[in-house]
Amino acid sequence: MIRDQESGFPQIVSLGLDGLLVRFADRFDDAANRAALAFRDVAGALDSVQEASTSLCAVYLRFDPHAHRHSALEDRLRALLAERNWYSAPLPADHRIWRIPTVYGGAYGPQLDATADMAGTDTASAIEELSTARLRVMTIGFAPGFPYLGQLSERWNLPRHDDLKTTVPPGALGLAIRQFVLFPAESPTGWRHIATTAFRGFRPGHDNPFPLQPGDEITFTAAEARDFSRLVDAPDGGAICEPAR
Amino acid sequence: MRSLILHRTGPGTTVQDLGRSGFLAQGLSRGGAADPVALAEGAALLGQSPEFAALEIIASIEVEVTDPTWIALTGAPKQASRNGQPLNWNACHLLAPGERLRLGPATEGNYAYLHLAGGIATPPQVGGRGAHLTAGLGAPLTDGEELPIGPAPEPGLLARTLPEDDRFGGGEIRILAGPQTPLFPPDVLNRFLATRFTRTAWANRQGVKLGHEGEGFRPTGGLNLISEVIVPGDIQVTGDGTPYVLGPECQTIGGYPRIGTVAPQDLPRVMQATPGARLRFRLVTRDEALSSFHAVEHLHAAALTRLQEQDRTPYEILMAENLISGVAIDIFDSKDGS
Repeated sequence: MIRDQESGFPQIVSLGLDGLLVRFADRFDDAANRAALAFRDVAGALDSVQEASTSLCAVYLRFDPHAHRHSALEDRLRALLAERNWYSAPLPADHRIWRIPTVYGGAYGPQLDATADMAGTDTASAIEELSTARLRVMTIGFAPGFPYLGQLSERWNLPRHDDLKTTVPPGALGLAIRQFVLFPAESPTGWRHIATTAFRGFRPGHDNPFPLQPGDEITFTAAEARDFSRLVDAPDGGAICEPAR
Repeated sequence: MRSLILHRTGPGTTVQDLGRSGFLAQGLSRGGAADPVALAEGAALLGQSPEFAALEIIASIEVEVTDPTWIALTGAPKQASRNGQPLNWNACHLLAPGERLRLGPATEGNYAYLHLAGGIATPPQVGGRGAHLTAGLGAPLTDGEELPIGPAPEPGLLARTLPEDDRFGGGEIRILAGPQTPLFPPDVLNRFLATRFTRTAWANRQGVKLGHEGEGFRPTGGLNLISEVIVPGDIQVTGDGTPYVLGPECQTIGGYPRIGTVAPQDLPRVMQATPGARLRFRLVTRDEALSSFHAVEHLHAAALTRLQEQDRTPYEILMAENLISGVAIDIFDSKDGS
């Protein structure tokens, strides 16, 4: 368990009649995100758990409330929490490393120049930094297959637009608060539209409708605008996926 | 293949089943019928599994079948007729080709269900047949569409009814405290529990807005919360203090505080409460909620024990016998051929 014992984390609370939440922090924290991803992997494999998911810093576990007493499951989870320091746990062993070709700036990222400027850098340096950063799928939510990716360096701690005047296309990459989000579908948004990929995080008709898993790592490698239509025709938008080990 | 022809369908008619489980980690909420009790009852009337897909209907519709098919009508009661002759609600009936089944506006409640023996057999998508509109899975049905019906489970069903359950008039709703309940000061929580809410018409499969007099229900510490997991039944409070009860198509994570969670057995009563109906919330313990909670399989089994014989018309008797003997023809239809 270790870590924030003074602040009471990790913490187990019930959510609904058939769910429990294991919280590792109450504000965003990179170590707490890794803890949640690692703990979900282990707790989700318990026989009594029907489904497990993560938010940024917590694990949700669903169980059959008639078959398993809430207190018994809670005891089991406390024992698991005590087994190790989850805040220093590595990412789940089955996570993957993705390289997703991405066209930055221009019509594919109309807000890149202004965003780079806000971050105190120029467009070329911004592309160099953003296209080589390895980011983690910290959680998937808001919409199906919509990943929150982090963490970029402190200079990218920029606010979201407080209006939703920008509508982005499917595959758009948005930036704010040291994070990327990757849009599976067209959407109005306050995230800064800096690039576009041909990758789709939700493909309803596909055998594998959700290509990404929480804990996967992604590098959004720079691609040329003239290659975009070729990426659209390629499987997975030209993305390459390899097991982490 | 047998099919159902939708001659006319108002807005919001969708195929629904028990939803898709296992995709929360990918951001897809379970979805499924707004009133799973109605799915269990329809399945019991037709002697089939509650996992079979049915039509969820808000407005009025007019349909026909290509082959003799047993149907069941459950959920929010509507005026139902077969070729102009009234049909009982919460009952099953035999529908022959050429006959028009019409369902009018709901007399109370919101979501009505039309079940077909064999179920609606559209191709499953992402592990389910139900439309999940916010996820872009499936879509509301339109006039002229034709839906495949699965193989009928057994011939010779009987016309049966179930006693009508009152889950359409609002009333007292049990809620559980949740992870964010302590964010609300005790006086705000007490005021919430003492408030007589109205079920507004501002509602869909994502959630139901609650109306009330007086000030909103605000947590301490403002709204700057980290996004956490949301479940259907959560009572989310937006920035202006307005509570919303989240439905089957809610998001999977979100940053608005939630004052509590509606016990799953009472969520259909919120979804089905007629707009304008009064709702009041009572905080209960887990044990109290658990003692009256039954999974849908159990609701189905319980409905099977409550089935009652329905007086059949001579027409239905003849049709049922024709089906039993394997000669599934509509003898009353011969005038067309003579």
